[in-house]
Amino acid sequence: MSRKIKVLMAKLGLDIHWRGAVAVSRMLRDAGMEVVYLGNQFPEEIINAAIQEDADVVGLSTLGGNHAVLGPKVVRLLREKGMGDVLVLMGGVIPRDDMPALKKAGIAEVFGPETQIQEIVDFIHANLKKASAAS
Amino acid sequence: MSWTELLPALRAGDPLALSRLISRVENQGSEKVQIMKTVFAWTGKAYIVGLTGPPGAGKSTITNGLVELLAEKGLKVGVVCVDPSSPFSGGAFLGDRIRMTSLDAKPGVFIRSLASRGSLGGLSAAAKDVVQLLDAAGKDVVLIETVGMGQVGDEIKKLADTTVLVTVPGLGDGIQTFKAGIMEIADIFIVNKAEREGADETVRDLEMMLSEVEPKKWRPRVLKTCALRKEGLEELWESLQEHRRLLEQSGQWMAQRRNRANTILLENSKEHVLEKFQRELEKDELLLGMRRRVDEGSLDPYTAALFISEYFLANRT
Repeated sequence: MSRKIKVLMAKLGLDIHWRGAVAVSRMLRDAGMEVVYLGNQFPEEIINAAIQEDADVVGLSTLGGNHAVLGPKVVRLLREKGMGDVLVLMGGVIPRDDMPALKKAGIAEVFGPETQIQEIVDFIHANLKKASAAS
Repeated sequence: MSWTELLPALRAGDPLALSRLISRVENQGSEKVQIMKTVFAWTGKAYIVGLTGPPGAGKSTITNGLVELLAEKGLKVGVVCVDPSSPFSGGAFLGDRIRMTSLDAKPGVFIRSLASRGSLGGLSAAAKDVVQLLDAAGKDVVLIETVGMGQVGDEIKKLADTTVLVTVPGLGDGIQTFKAGIMEIADIFIVNKAEREGADETVRDLEMMLSEVEPKKWRPRVLKTCALRKEGLEELWESLQEHRRLLEQSGQWMAQRRNRANTILLENSKEHVLEKFQRELEKDELLLGMRRRVDEGSLDPYTAALFISEYFLANRT
């Protein structure tokens, strides 16, 4: 098996701040992952893309304050479609107070602006849920 | 879930089953051959179109517009987009899908991004298998977008019924069109970004080049598109259908399916032999000895290679 970790990276909703999502995508690429960069998209479309790409990880970038609603929606739709084993991560500017609710909703981890890329890479390796995925 | 359980869902058009089967095949799982040989009987119906051309010419944008058009006509469409893997990290940034976000919600449309994973020639090793799976899943049309490339790309020709070369104005003068290679593989040429200066000149250069090659049953078409504004895409679909009709009438349609089976046969045979060879190379004392002698410098690698291959073939049972 020559398994690569496949990551789907999207910006949630209409958020225009693309630099962070692209920077993280590039760094995950350099860590040997295959990153599908989706750009701006809403949860329903993100789910369709995640299904078609058979993503191991869905990364959601948000700096626009829509995380509390749209993030959990992505998790819920993934579960409904039989993709509950996908690791959903969030990054961006997210108030500390919102984090418990996001995690409770099934977001595996929330990464703030200070995050080192290696933390994200290590987290993905340690927490991949899909049985078929290897390092 | 085992692969056999996924097959009925694949036939019923379930995207998740299709997607999971693609992953198992792409990742060279132990069940790959089982999956492929089972779905083989369901293949051969889809019309397979390849798009190639330099990076930034607009392949993804054209794909997006064309697929939108086909979906509106009620056709089921599969798309395979290949982008390069890094030779250093093995990772990839797959950026074709961002041009196709309007398709993420379209029923019947299935898009899969593939990393080339070291394969040259503009495709990935798994691309032909993914095309087979999309065909087996009942797609009417399968579009393959190659890695952005310039002057090679015959792999796509082996796979596709119709090969489309996308170019843009201003990439060079008429001399470029005389070069062998990619210019010879296209059935349809698209000059995209046709609103730009020099588009008519590029069309003229291509037409000139085509007028000088020996006439065949199909004279390649040269079309202008402006994919971002969705202009010229109806004409593209008309030309594609025209080419398809000619293929069917001339018997080429069936011949291409036989050719594809033959390519699969040859490539898979090579793969199986190579796997066995590599295993032998790791454990056979005599072969290891040969490698040691080359390492030490007491034997040249050419002689050793001849000896090794003849020894391997003689002892293949």
